[in-house]
Amino acid sequence: MAASSSSGDSAMPVRRWLDRWLPKLSLVPSGVALLVFVYGFIGWTIWLSLTTSSLLPNNTFAGLRQYEVLFKLDIWWVSVLNLAIFGVLYVALCLAIGLFLAILLDQKIRAEGWLRTIYLYPLALSLVVTGVVWKWLLNPSLGLEQFVHSLGWTGFSFDWLINPDMAIYAVVIAAVWQASGFVTALFLAGLRGIDSSIIKAAQIDGASLPRVYLSIIIPSLRPVFFSAIILLVSLAIKSFDLVIALTGGGPGYSTWVPAIFMYDFGFNRGQIGLGAAAATLMMAAVALAMLPMLIAELKGRRDGHKN
Amino acid sequence: MATRTEDGVARGGPLARVLVYGLLLFAAAYFLLPLYVMLTTSFKTLGQISGGNLFALPAPFSLTGWRDAWSSACTGSDCTGLQHYFWNSVAFTVPAVLLSTAFGALNGYVLTKWRFRGSEIVFGLLLVGTFVPFQMFLLPMARVLGMIGLDNSVAGLTLVHTVYGVAFTTLFCRNYYVAIPDELVKAARIDGASFISTFRYVILPISTPILMVCVIWQFTQIWNDFLFGVVFTSGDAHPITVALNNLVNTSSTGVKRYNVDMAGAIITALPTLVVYIVAGRYFMRGLTAGAVKG
Repeated sequence: MAASSSSGDSAMPVRRWLDRWLPKLSLVPSGVALLVFVYGFIGWTIWLSLTTSSLLPNNTFAGLRQYEVLFKLDIWWVSVLNLAIFGVLYVALCLAIGLFLAILLDQKIRAEGWLRTIYLYPLALSLVVTGVVWKWLLNPSLGLEQFVHSLGWTGFSFDWLINPDMAIYAVVIAAVWQASGFVTALFLAGLRGIDSSIIKAAQIDGASLPRVYLSIIIPSLRPVFFSAIILLVSLAIKSFDLVIALTGGGPGYSTWVPAIFMYDFGFNRGQIGLGAAAATLMMAAVALAMLPMLIAELKGRRDGHKN
Repeated sequence: MATRTEDGVARGGPLARVLVYGLLLFAAAYFLLPLYVMLTTSFKTLGQISGGNLFALPAPFSLTGWRDAWSSACTGSDCTGLQHYFWNSVAFTVPAVLLSTAFGALNGYVLTKWRFRGSEIVFGLLLVGTFVPFQMFLLPMARVLGMIGLDNSVAGLTLVHTVYGVAFTTLFCRNYYVAIPDELVKAARIDGASFISTFRYVILPISTPILMVCVIWQFTQIWNDFLFGVVFTSGDAHPITVALNNLVNTSSTGVKRYNVDMAGAIITALPTLVVYIVAGRYFMRGLTAGAVKG
């Protein structure tokens, strides 16, 4: 501050001018990047999806033809169906495990910090690492199956990773392992935020513990459910790394998801238009998932709660 | 924080306590199991892996897997291990983390303490941008990187990670600075402090926690990235995540070497794991800030 306070009178207009414009100028690099690399690219990708672009991008308008082609491809519907199966199970299991562990952790547990640290560490790992480890654990000839055999149960079979009908469930196992500790932490933070006097009042009124949880505590965790679901849904729609590392999309196409479709058609098969159409639909899906939150946010603002 | 639990929602006999602890420890085992198997397998010999028990401890203790994963395993046609790719990842992660954090702090400062007409719109646009799937940016970015000569390079990855990281760091910093009383900044300005000196002497000294959150969050995100790495680079310029995937899917002799795979996985995971263990509380804060946006 010493340097600036020594500025004389003649410097004042410059100072005032700088204070007026410097804040805006300092936003310019990020603002330009936002306009070009986010919004410009969104427009560009949508435009590509409306052209005949294949091996190279071009600007020949084709209307919705790429989308028509996309909707006739079995492999696209396989990807969408896989995402639906994966998404529903992933969100449901993460919420169930997360809520359950958070409630257990909230019972005056010794070493709670240690347990929390253990539950959360998978999130620090790259999804590729997660995929590689689970690929080894789920390996039918050497992994968990072989271990169960060595215990004497030789009829045990666990071949999900190489079974086209079951491989997507193997992806669910690894993905839930990775994210459920995070959901636990979210719920735990929510539980700690609940007003204790309400619970005490209910207990004085003679409500049993399960009843307190079912009718008071869990309903008041609504906002946590809300943000956890939105987060998990958008993570599910974007899932790519884990599937590539765990199954490579296989066996065959059996674990393809839209993100793999987009990558493979856009970059490996020279079908840029189709890749762009797939990306656009993924964004639309995320937007649809966000819609409830945006509406709630706008409602909140109208009611006068601003942040 | 623990005021409520002191009164105890939890009651019930010792049996219930045993059950609660039992379930919690079982969950801990479930989360730790892959890490345990990853570690023990990496120190085993191939003979022990094919003949032995998945959960057995390595005997004899072998460092072959680690040595091969670091310096001689094949990732595609190249057989020099992961070391080169490890340093690739360091080379773009460090500058991208620092740049995106610096821009995020500056943006957050302006958006909260120097608001102007339209600054809320800028923030709104930024917030929406954080939700867009990266798949929307891949095709145009590949073109642009090609045009400016940064395709297939560490510099290109630095640019990409900085650009898409700034949205998150700005969000974190903005939400942190918004809670700092405006009076603090106003007082400094009355004392004659300029835009820059206010930032330097008023804001920056109280920013350590949020800068930690930004650095740790960005480090984890950028180091662990696979999508940008696999799309924008090939061969020599791959980040370690892509190289690990190639290593696992390359079997030069037809024999899968799981000890090498697991050692490679640990090498890839180590930097972010260390950060998590050392600075876990900031990690959690970044996550909740990222989850409950705005």
